[in-house]
Amino acid sequence: MTDSRLRHLTSVRDLDRAAALRILDTAEAFLEVTRRPVRKVPTLRGKTIINAFFEASTRTRTSFELAGKRLGADVVNIGGSASSTSKGETLRDTVATLDAMHADVIVVRHSASGAADYIKGRTRAAIVNGGDGMHEHPTQALLDAFTIRRHFGRLEGLTVAICGDIQHSRVARSNALLLPLLGAKVRLAGPQTLLPHDAAALGAETFTRLEPALEGVDVVMMLRIQQERLGSALLPTLREYARTFGLSRARLGLAKPNAIVMHPGPMNRGVEINDDVADGERSVITAQVESGVAVRMAVLYLCATEPGQPIGSE
Amino acid sequence: MRELIDSEGVSRGLRRVAGQIVERQRGAEGLVLIGVRRGGEPLAREIARWVRELEGHEVPVGSVDITLYRDDAATALPNPRIGPSQVPCALEGKRVVLVDDVVFTGRTIRAAIDALMDYGRPERIELAALVDRGGRELPIQPDYVVLRAEVGPRDRIDVVERPGGMVALICPAGSPSTPPTP
Repeated sequence: MTDSRLRHLTSVRDLDRAAALRILDTAEAFLEVTRRPVRKVPTLRGKTIINAFFEASTRTRTSFELAGKRLGADVVNIGGSASSTSKGETLRDTVATLDAMHADVIVVRHSASGAADYIKGRTRAAIVNGGDGMHEHPTQALLDAFTIRRHFGRLEGLTVAICGDIQHSRVARSNALLLPLLGAKVRLAGPQTLLPHDAAALGAETFTRLEPALEGVDVVMMLRIQQERLGSALLPTLREYARTFGLSRARLGLAKPNAIVMHPGPMNRGVEINDDVADGERSVITAQVESGVAVRMAVLYLCATEPGQPIGSE
Repeated sequence: MRELIDSEGVSRGLRRVAGQIVERQRGAEGLVLIGVRRGGEPLAREIARWVRELEGHEVPVGSVDITLYRDDAATALPNPRIGPSQVPCALEGKRVVLVDDVVFTGRTIRAAIDALMDYGRPERIELAALVDRGGRELPIQPDYVVLRAEVGPRDRIDVVERPGGMVALICPAGSPSTPPTP
């Protein structure tokens, strides 16, 4: 058996197929936990998880916080304007401080690509990447894969269209790496200016128009248009974007009849996705949120438990 | 490796245990049988079958996985596989009989009790086991036992499905685990 134990998760590239499947299978058990009358297990009692979120985030931070608490760990959130980072402390010093506090896992969200990898060698804690710049967001890709697998019962042979601002999206990058590892095909669609030059290196088919990208796919994954990019040469107006790249009911008709619609959130309704699609019967957007907690429980559990000898079972 | 109980012994023993379970509370009202995964699952189903035969009463059967409740969960599982727990109904006010194949240190049962409590507050929890091999490290005793056995502390007891039914085997320390079905 290959050792698919997880030490850190900073990139989907840390995972082979067996390790990725191990996370998804473990998440199945945790999904059951999150649906019980008492949604908490004592597994990580006495462990400390620090959510170091140097970039704004509500849903990812809440999801990690709930995941840690439901495993019985002590969870501390730091970051934002109240943190010492805003007083000029370097990331390196912050990490040294957290290490001295004996954190077992540090979940890091940072605007700089590569921040999670930078921290990895500077602490004894396990590092989980909660999104770093334009690089990766591995737990989002895992929860997307988990949601798709729960819906269709498999990932092999499915085609997933990821649509929108591919260039700046760590969600797109992580998914484009993970889904093919699990047997699904990925299409990337976006305006020419928002498609990465290395899209081909990701091994995905690319499209500069939405319609052909949607034809016959099983999953449509819309990305949030990042409003801060507006007005630049990359993206003229919201209205123009909605007209050409917004997901409407008519456009969704190009996908397979049983195709599902996903969005990592938060949504810009009326821009990348219309209300009737977001709230429609093919949307699994709220299921993604529920999956998120279960998948993050699995990742934290696998990262926080240390290698050891199994004690004789009965 | 030698046979501790043959399939007939297992079958008769489980029927006796089913009778004792019914006898103790004068019926099967509010009874739920929960097997400790994975060894206890088939035994719980078998006891439920005998209760139905005795009482004409369908008893809910479920299972509980204790991986997340082990007292060594955070350090000792290099390759953890967490199985699903299936609790068939709300346990509030129910009489739960936990069923396991072998009771040894008592740590598994401690974990299983903790797990059950997260599904509600049963009126009472009792414990049935196929084999009690002694060696307890916690103050936990089974209420119903098919066989008490003196076994060396490093020997292993395997309960396996055979064509004629379930059997319990004693395997000396260090021997490879018994394949499920030949």
